[in-house]
Amino acid sequence: MININLPISESDIRKLKVGDEVSLNGIMLTGRDEAHSWMFKEKPDELREFLKDTVIYHCGPIVKKVNDEWHFVAAGPTTSIREEPYQGQVIKEYGIRGVMGKGGMGEKTLQALNENGSVYLHAVGGAATLQAQTVKKVHGVIKLEEFGVPEALWIIEVEDFQAVVTMDSHGNSLHKEIKAASDKVADELIGI
Amino acid sequence: MSFKFDVNRFSIAVTELIRKVATELPTDVVQAMETARDNEEKGSPANSVLSYMLQNVNVAKENSTPICQDTGTNIYFITIPEGVSLRKIESAIVDATRVATEKTYLRPNAVDSVTGKNSGDNTGIMAPYFHYEEWDEPTIKVELMLKGGGCENVSDQYKLPDSRLKADRNLDGVYKCIIDAINNAQGLGCAPGVAGIGIGGDRASGMIIAKKQLFRKLTDKNPDPELEKLENRLYTDLNKLGIGPMGFGGLTTMLGVKIGAAHRLPASFFVSLAYSCWADRRNTMLYTESEVSYD
Repeated sequence: MININLPISESDIRKLKVGDEVSLNGIMLTGRDEAHSWMFKEKPDELREFLKDTVIYHCGPIVKKVNDEWHFVAAGPTTSIREEPYQGQVIKEYGIRGVMGKGGMGEKTLQALNENGSVYLHAVGGAATLQAQTVKKVHGVIKLEEFGVPEALWIIEVEDFQAVVTMDSHGNSLHKEIKAASDKVADELIGI
Repeated sequence: MSFKFDVNRFSIAVTELIRKVATELPTDVVQAMETARDNEEKGSPANSVLSYMLQNVNVAKENSTPICQDTGTNIYFITIPEGVSLRKIESAIVDATRVATEKTYLRPNAVDSVTGKNSGDNTGIMAPYFHYEEWDEPTIKVELMLKGGGCENVSDQYKLPDSRLKADRNLDGVYKCIIDAINNAQGLGCAPGVAGIGIGGDRASGMIIAKKQLFRKLTDKNPDPELEKLENRLYTDLNKLGIGPMGFGGLTTMLGVKIGAAHRLPASFFVSLAYSCWADRRNTMLYTESEVSYD
């Protein structure tokens, strides 16, 4: 397990390889469909301080407010590929070092990871209670009223959030490898 | 015979049903996951991912918090005795849904498709949504499934024949469609998944048949020997794809394959796949005038 403290430098991120297991510590931002469309189209400046050299987490959490403070109840990853049209540009625009979600992403993102010096981190889908327990503090939330709870951008501080590097900054993607192998088996089974 | 229906009591029972479905994975699914974990090589990504999922299942149950933050589409299949008011049932379930959202058993998950606004309480047009049947028992049966968006997005529908897949209008054609669909899904639907398959019907009823299959226990046996054969063949072959838990590679791509069929038009031959993620959240409540049970 490789310990990662956020924010993280480009040179440290470039050391990571597909298959590395990491433990994340520090402040990151959640953002999913609405957030990515917003960042892509409007490039809001207010997000720069929360995204530079850190991780954007594709997650729409369940949250609870107790005594005016937000708490994360369940917070697993959502499917990342929906952000494929936007992610590459967003990575470069904001200097993001890690994109975390599930399912992996496509060629455009893989290329941006390579150009910017970033990685794709895969969190276990459906393990939301454990993942929410790693969120030690919610520092704030952006666009809550307009986007709603799942789509808002939550500024969270995590401790020992575990993930696996499945796309690195050197052009490697575990998802591409698995797909190529399973395509071959599927074609044989189907007989095409 | 008239069933005495107490709206308040029913609503409380449904709130408990929602809590159970969101926070407790059915025993048969847990057992299938444990078997899968033990089959995967020690120290492999597949083995550690399955262990992590099972650890999450335990903690979620202990803490009564959702297994997955995506508490999905709330799909109800309701069977009623003659004479019970559907409007009263729906209104009680809508109330229970609001309470369950407030208690954070459910994430606010209903978005107005026109305005983009989240209703905030999981209610709206066809949210939650209901299917009804009637029976002779003095019991209301409520089957609830929380079906997440990731696995709904990789669900699919084919029509036969399909020239790309060289798939004809027969069970072998069905087999080819499902191999193709699960391969396309990769890890995106949170593998290992359960395949609910509907053969025939129209585009809507075929998918309803597919979704209904997801209520079957993984250990049950299809009463139709032809479908049972196809279920076994698909289960074995889909697990040869090597996609594995979360698409990290491994021996376990599917936990189960369940198939149902409906009559079709001579002109149509639909194959519908309802993919459920490993967090196959379902429960059945039996509600009588004096008792409530869950399974």
